Amino acid sequence: MKRTRTRPAAIAALVLAMGASAALSSAEAQELLFWSNQAQPVEEAQKVRDQVLPGFGKPVNYLPQEPGPYMTRIQAEAQAGSGSIAVIGGLHGDFASFADSLVDLSDITGNLGDVQVNPAFMELGKLGTAEQKYIPWMQAGYVMVANKQALEHLPEGADINALTYDQLTAWGEAMTAASGSPKIGFPAGPKGLMHRFFQGFLYPSYTKSVVTKFRSAEAEEMWNDFKALWEQVNPASTSYGFMQEPLLTGEVWVAWDHVARLQDALNKQPDDFVVFPVPAGPAGRGFMPVLAGIGIPKTSPNLEEAKALVAYMMKPETQVATLTATAFFPVVDAELPGDLPKGIQMTGPVLQAETEAADAVPSLLPIGLGGAGGKFNKVFSDAFQQIVLSGRDVRQVLDQEAENMKAVIAETQAPCWAPDAPSDGPCPVE
Amino acid sequence: MNDARFLPYLLLLPATVFLIAFFLVPFTQVAVEAFTTAEGFSLGNFQTIGRDWKFVPAIRNTLLLTALIVPIQLALSLFMATLVTRIGRGRDIVLYVFTIPLGISDLAAGLIWLALLDQSGFLNTVLFNLGLIDGPQNLLSYQNVPALFAAIVIAEVWRATAIMLVILVAGMSLIPREYYEAAEVFGAGGWKRFTRITLPLLRSSLQTALILRTILAFEVFAVVIVLAGTNLPILMGETFAWQFGLQDREGAAAYAMIILAISVAFTLVFLIGLRDKAEART
Repeated sequence: MKRTRTRPAAIAALVLAMGASAALSSAEAQELLFWSNQAQPVEEAQKVRDQVLPGFGKPVNYLPQEPGPYMTRIQAEAQAGSGSIAVIGGLHGDFASFADSLVDLSDITGNLGDVQVNPAFMELGKLGTAEQKYIPWMQAGYVMVANKQALEHLPEGADINALTYDQLTAWGEAMTAASGSPKIGFPAGPKGLMHRFFQGFLYPSYTKSVVTKFRSAEAEEMWNDFKALWEQVNPASTSYGFMQEPLLTGEVWVAWDHVARLQDALNKQPDDFVVFPVPAGPAGRGFMPVLAGIGIPKTSPNLEEAKALVAYMMKPETQVATLTATAFFPVVDAELPGDLPKGIQMTGPVLQAETEAADAVPSLLPIGLGGAGGKFNKVFSDAFQQIVLSGRDVRQVLDQEAENMKAVIAETQAPCWAPDAPSDGPCPVE
Repeated sequence: MNDARFLPYLLLLPATVFLIAFFLVPFTQVAVEAFTTAEGFSLGNFQTIGRDWKFVPAIRNTLLLTALIVPIQLALSLFMATLVTRIGRGRDIVLYVFTIPLGISDLAAGLIWLALLDQSGFLNTVLFNLGLIDGPQNLLSYQNVPALFAAIVIAEVWRATAIMLVILVAGMSLIPREYYEAAEVFGAGGWKRFTRITLPLLRSSLQTALILRTILAFEVFAVVIVLAGTNLPILMGETFAWQFGLQDREGAAAYAMIILAISVAFTLVFLIGLRDKAEART
């Protein structure tokens, strides 16, 4: 009885809602739709809308999305041959998955005037083709953050600006002994970027490789070392997404994460934290830069305006506004103002130091994997879950996951990228 | 005359079109995708997902969760339904309160329980303030899988028992009072009346409730993702991961087919096991 009575009301509400959303979408048709998977947190997205985009002069609807819906709509519009997305913002690796449906932006450099874009990034934007598939938009990286309480437990002789993974483990032991619980944290939750730690930091630091030496003896030693480090890691790490939260609550004293995911802690309590470069392993200090870009889909409803928007995003003023809003650094030569948020002031020099370290092993984001990026990431997170969390035999897991790695490379025919030595043909897994 | 004959079909038309467009067509596409690889028809997609080390744990965890959750919910909803039908005044209010969790999305329900059980959650705060623990305890850790299971079972029981309750309350209110009065005359106690009158006459409602709840239990997703993250692979979670994380639609489709097959199998079990033999269908 009661259930049937509510039903007509529910249907009426649904119809009303549908009507309202139809009316809304017709109003949105005038705007340029900026489809992105960056600056997803609500506050960040709002800052992009309020502080970055108004200067363009025309209405832009900035819509950041979760990875799933983000990719689904891009693919659906490409398949349908028509769409409403004007420009796409994403990471270097994302563009590879839909490179065929992007407009060539080679002519956009004419629109940029005297703006100097980092040439290495422009080259990455070609995705290995002759066309400029995307224009570099902004860059970031990963750093370590420590609560100042942790500094007194730093092992004897360890320099926080030139730490090794062994020293990090020793530091963790000292912190566990002092505080009673493990105080190192990693973003190993469903929304965390843990797989990047293995690809861009741990593997290069131990093997100077990501693909070729995946199951080498060095890799085996690396996983055993990391298991020892994990003893000092807060077990709640497998639910952490953004390390700024456990850092602020004090659950974790020392953490590794993407700079944009640490800003909240650094801005709220700048005096409680120090930012320092990532540790080094036997083969050097592996680190991975993050590059986001903007592309225009072939189905963009208004190509001219979309190109104008891309050019606007490249202006030095816009790049500085983007830095303030998202904590992603400029990819063009831009004068940085002195009144930047504390978090940005603290992370900028550390990112610079990582690039300039004498033992630096720069690693690129995976290149040429196309849509198989997720499977490539899975190889690393599966190895981690099996070896470290489930305690399985290192050699056995590496051999088994090496087969999955081979399958990904065979599927995509991707040649090696840094830090692996260049290869003729698909990158070999030894 | 003609009008009257076609009217029912005309009235069914919108729903039929809706079902075909938004259910049958996508369903067929998924089914075709699951059994297709580059070489045409094959079971290759099933082999691909079967080789993944998470495949067996996902099936095991999902079955185990269902086996834990559904019986608890069945017992609890029978108890609550009996309670509700006994109440005279205020019956509606009690029923509404019991069904509040139904109005909450499963993601929100997961978040509520996360806020309770989390390392910095309410439970930890209360235990700490009572002096029962020295510091925050991480209850939802990969090191303590039984606790993860327990948290999910509690959250699911809290969230979804009401759907069975509503069906059973409706079923119980259809049982004629006279049977109970007659039983009382012959001196049958409360338990006897429940097992001899309520349960047999509730058979078809129980069937509906069990089928619905079991199918939903195989689709459990958001609560597990929120409480256990990737520490506890389940079928729906893997489907999601293959579709969106790995961008492998065929693998996701194969997982969807496996969930479908298990659901169909259990529906058949309930249909046959709880078949109405004596009562004629009306």
